[in-house]
Formats: sequence, C-alpha cells, structure tokens
Amino acid sequence: MSEIFGIPIQAFMGQLMLGLVNGSFYATLSLGLAVIFGMLNIINFAHGALYMAGAMLAWMGLNYFGIGYWWSLLLAPLGVGVVGIFIERSMLQWLYRLDHLYGLLLTFGLALILEGLFRDLYGVSGLPYSIPEEFAGAYNLGFMFLPKYRAWVILASLLVCLATWFVIEKTRLGAYLRAATENPQLTQAFGINVPLMVMLTYGFGVALAGFAGVLAAPAMQISPLMGSNLIIVVFAVVVIGGMGSILGSIVTGLGLGLIEGLTKVFYPEASSTVVFIIMAIVLLVRPAGLFGREK
Amino acid sequence: MKRKLICTLVGAAVMSLAAGQSFAQKAPAVKLSGDMVKIGVLTDMSGVYSDLGGQGSVTAAQMAVDDFKAQAKPSWKIELVYADHQNKADVGSNKAREWYDTQGVDMITDALNSAVALAVSKVTLEKKRMLIDTGAASTRLTNEDCSPNTVHYVYDTYALANGPGKAVTKQGKDSWFFLTADYAFGHSLEKDTSDAVKASGGKVVGAVRHPLNASDFSSFLLQAQSSKAKVVGLANAGGDTINSIKAANEFGLTKNQTIVGLLTTIIDIHALGLPTTQGMMFTEGFYWNLNNDTREWSRRFFGKHKKMPSMLHAGTYSAVMTYLKAVQATGTDEADAVMKHLKSTTINDMFAKGGKVRADGRMVHDMYLVEVKKPAESKEPWDYYNIKAVIPASEAFQPMSLSRCPLVKK
Repeated sequence: MSEIFGIPIQAFMGQLMLGLVNGSFYATLSLGLAVIFGMLNIINFAHGALYMAGAMLAWMGLNYFGIGYWWSLLLAPLGVGVVGIFIERSMLQWLYRLDHLYGLLLTFGLALILEGLFRDLYGVSGLPYSIPEEFAGAYNLGFMFLPKYRAWVILASLLVCLATWFVIEKTRLGAYLRAATENPQLTQAFGINVPLMVMLTYGFGVALAGFAGVLAAPAMQISPLMGSNLIIVVFAVVVIGGMGSILGSIVTGLGLGLIEGLTKVFYPEASSTVVFIIMAIVLLVRPAGLFGREK
Repeated sequence: MKRKLICTLVGAAVMSLAAGQSFAQKAPAVKLSGDMVKIGVLTDMSGVYSDLGGQGSVTAAQMAVDDFKAQAKPSWKIELVYADHQNKADVGSNKAREWYDTQGVDMITDALNSAVALAVSKVTLEKKRMLIDTGAASTRLTNEDCSPNTVHYVYDTYALANGPGKAVTKQGKDSWFFLTADYAFGHSLEKDTSDAVKASGGKVVGAVRHPLNASDFSSFLLQAQSSKAKVVGLANAGGDTINSIKAANEFGLTKNQTIVGLLTTIIDIHALGLPTTQGMMFTEGFYWNLNNDTREWSRRFFGKHKKMPSMLHAGTYSAVMTYLKAVQATGTDEADAVMKHLKSTTINDMFAKGGKVRADGRMVHDMYLVEVKKPAESKEPWDYYNIKAVIPASEAFQPMSLSRCPLVKK
C-alpha cells in the first residue's frame, strides 16, 4: 500500500475529509463573525454562545414541540437571529461610536449569561440529539467510511457560505451594505436606511451561528459549553483570514480545518495549538491577515 | 473519698437512665469545637464536573445530616456549608483555609478534581482537620501524598482501570487501543489500564493523545478504528468522553470494537442515551438499581435532585453519615480521634458493604463492572446497567504491598 510520510494513503485521505468537515464549521462560524465585524465593527464574543443557543433551540424544538431536524434548520437560526436583533437594538447600537473594547466586553458578558442560563437549566453533561433518519448510515468511499451526516455538513455549509459571499459581493443589497460600512453618513444621505441594514446584518450574522449550531447538534453533544470550546479557534480563523474579509474567512476556515486534521495524524498533542501557531506566524508576516486589506 | 466517688457514679447512672434508655449509652458526652459539627462540601458548582458532583453532592450531604439527626437525635448542632472551587487548586485551598480558620469547619467532603483534592489535603493536614474525598480520582491521595487526615472514599484511577483492564481482557478482548486525554490524569489512567491488560495476557497496540476539551474526536477514532484493536479504551473524562462515544457510534466503531470508558458514570450514559452507549463496559462504585437499599435511598435522592445519583453523590451521603456516626461514637470532632475510630470500624450502608478505611486512607469497598443495556432491555428511566461482575474490595483497589504511602508500615 502506498504511503505518505509513513501514513497509509487511505488513512491520510480519511483525515483530510474529516478536516474538511471541521473546516466547514469553522467557515460558517467565522463567516458570521466576519460579516458582523466588517459591517458593524463589533467583535462579537457572543458568537459561540449563540451557536450553542442554535443547537439548544433545535433540541428544545424536538423535545418540547416535536419539531424535526429540517424545520429546526430553518427555525432555530431564525430564532437566534431574532435574539440577535433584540441584542443589537437594545444594547449594541449604543456602542458603535465607542472603542471596540466596549462591544467586546458587552458581548462577552452576554455570552457568559447565556451559557450560565443553559447550564442552570440543563447541566453541563449535555443533551443527545440523534442524527436524522435520512442521514443514518455512511458512504464507503473506498478510502474511508464517511457518515452521511458529515457529508451533508460539508455540503450545507459550503452552500450557505457561497450564498452569503454572493449576496454581499455581487448584489445590489450587498453593495448598499458595503457602502454603509465604508461611509454611513453619505450612504444615509442617499436615502438608505443604514440603522435598519446594520440591525439586519447583525441578525443575519448570528443566524449563521445558529445555523452552524443546528448542523453541529447531531454530530456533537449539545452542551452549554460547546460554544466556548470552539469560539477561540474561530476567532483565530477570522484573524488569519483578515478581520472582516468574507472570502478570507471561508477559505481560511476550510484550510485550517484541513491543517488541523493533518496535525491530528502526525502529532495529535499539538492539534489544539496548531491554529494559534499559524495565527502568530500570519500576524508577523501579514498583520492584516491573509485576505485583509490594511486601512 | 471512696464514698464520694461511688455517690458520683450512682448519680451519673441514675441521670443517664433518666435521660432516656433508647439512645446508645456508650456515647460519651460530646465535646465539640465551636459547640457544633460543621461540614463543608467543596465542589465544582458550575464547571465541567458539576453534574457529577455539584449541587447533587450538596443535596446528598444535606440528606445525610437530616437522616442522622432523625436517627441519632444528637444533642449537638450540625451545620452544612458549601462552596464552588471552580476546578482551581488555589481557589479550593483558599476556601478550605478560610473555612478551617474563620468558620470552624471540621470536615470537608466531595473535593472532586485531583488537583484541588491534593491542595486541600495539604491544608487539612496543616490545620489538623479532616478531608473525606469522594470526588477526586488520583491515586496520589493515598500514595505519595497520603495524609493521616485524609480518607479517599469512592474510587480512584487504579480501581477504574483495574476492573475493565482485567475483566474485559479475560473475556478474550485482548488487544487494546487508547484514546487518552493529554494530561496527567489521562496518562495515569492509560498506564494503570495498560498494566492491568498486560498482566491479564492482553496487549496494547497503540494510543493517541488528544488535547483536553477537543471539540471533534472523529479523527482520533478513525485512528483507533484502523488499529484493528478489539477494545478502544477511553482514558478521558466528562465532555471528552461523551463526544468520543458519540463519534465512535457515528463512525461505526461499535460494530466491531468494544468501547470501554475508564471514567464513565451514569451521568454520561444519561446524557448520551442508550442507543449510543449500549454495550459499553466500565467500572462504577455505585448503581442505584442494585438492591433494595440503593433503590430506596436513590429514589429519595431523585425526589430532591430530579436525577439519579452518581457514585459521587451516593459516596458523599455515605461519607457524611459515617463521619457523623464517628463523631457520635468518639464524643469529639478532633480529627485524630475520629480518624482512629474510622480506621477501626466497618462501614455498612447503602453505598458500602463491609467497607474499611486502610492505613493509607483508602476506603476499600466492592466495585461493579457494568455493561450498558440495550434500549429494549431498559424497563424504566435510568435503568441502564447489567452488572457483569462484582469486583471484591480486596481486588478492586491497589494492594497495600504496592503502596507508596509513608504511613504504611511494611
């Protein structure tokens, strides 16, 4: 059997595939962060908690109201989006003119409150959410055994990421949004309702987190801490990709998933650190990130 | 002089009869520090282990205090306090110091998390109070770091590793692969289990070390799968164990390989559900559905906590009860006297049958090798285990001959 660095090529391909699955989560989450930072200049630390909230809403929907996976995939992000809009209107909007630090602290506080709330309600061991029946089983790819659900995760997050990128970069609505970020006063002078756009942007950004949460629910244990375990890595992804860069966050998310996957084979002990090593190197060489533009 | 003495004795006899015959006369007048017994439950109230100990431990300790008051009707006061150590050794030892110095706490219990337990054990020795640890896993508590003032009550890594390591290997599942949390606890669990596996004629084909709180385990499980080992041992805990099991199920590992949790409890099984966990094997120190005593107590616990007890909860109840009985019997809350009494008595309650506290502070009792039921076999909520073997106290824990504790005379 042929080998790459002493690892059978089959195992190698399998690990790459898994890296891609994790990369999809990173991409979807960091995309939301990038959209919010790009448009609102807010470092949204509540992102991990809202991702957790998405998964929790899916669980609650199923167990209290009998809402299945597919409806959850639509409704839970909507619910999270509404929560986001509430946060934006009631709290965040007062902070835009202040230093980044204020937004960061506020959202960090919100994250702690959300996590505390769910921990109090459901404990820390988490809740099970089974894989929808359509996705039970696995594809035998020859080189690996890929659970159908994981394949769906890659597909769904890629679709969502590309759609988001398309809307922001290629449509009229996206152009308004970008203009509003660049110069809010001037854009408003053209008769565009900037506060409304900002509100919807934040709602959409956190809805992406909720969407990732529902995607993660069947694959991982739903627990109040699931967001805080992931959010730091996602921030590193955003920094590497370039704060606020849409395409950057998607590409870096997938890429880092792959690199992390390979680290798990060659030196698993370092798999939680490798992302940060890359971040440090990127910051030294390109302080604005791989895809970021210096202002 | 002699007459005076006789008068006093007769007087005392009459008094004690008048005071009520139902109650044990052997109990001497109780002399207590601060005129009461104060017990502190030091646990993780909000972090990763809060389901395993946490509020459940406080509830169990309170039940023990209430039951003791109802049964023994002591003339002295008992008070219970609790605190969150946040899984930080410094926070835990500071709290213990504060409790001992300013609050008059006589005994601390729970103290899960080995790092916290080791720190609190040192403070306890310095302040000459007592620690009955029902939550920590490290065998260091009764070896290098053993203390005359510490009892290790429920389980340790040796007991968890030894049971499955031997029993599963002897069933013919003799090749093992480990998924190990990359820190001291995981390594020692892996080592203890490997030793037991090899001693029983099995072999270890490999291991992968994963970082603590890894969010995705599929990659590590794929490595376990390609090792073709018959058994995959999970030398990790809490959320890491839960996510490992979940991924193992998704990737179809459970079809050809047996998953053995090395620190798995009923809390994890409840969180994952039977469809995901069926067929898993591991060691437990307590199971609610074992016999009438355990059922009766656990149902009472369930009424208050809305969850069945973990072995830590049951152990905490038993520890507090045993401690209060020892104070009653010795007539003091002075640590040396109470410890001496504990080491000379046998513990018999719903948690331990014939439990004994050894010279190294290890409380030895029977442990249980359990297998998780298939969903169809489970008759009611929380009916999760088939008991595959009872591991007798004498075999469950590290033998005294291997002890590295200076208190043990060889």
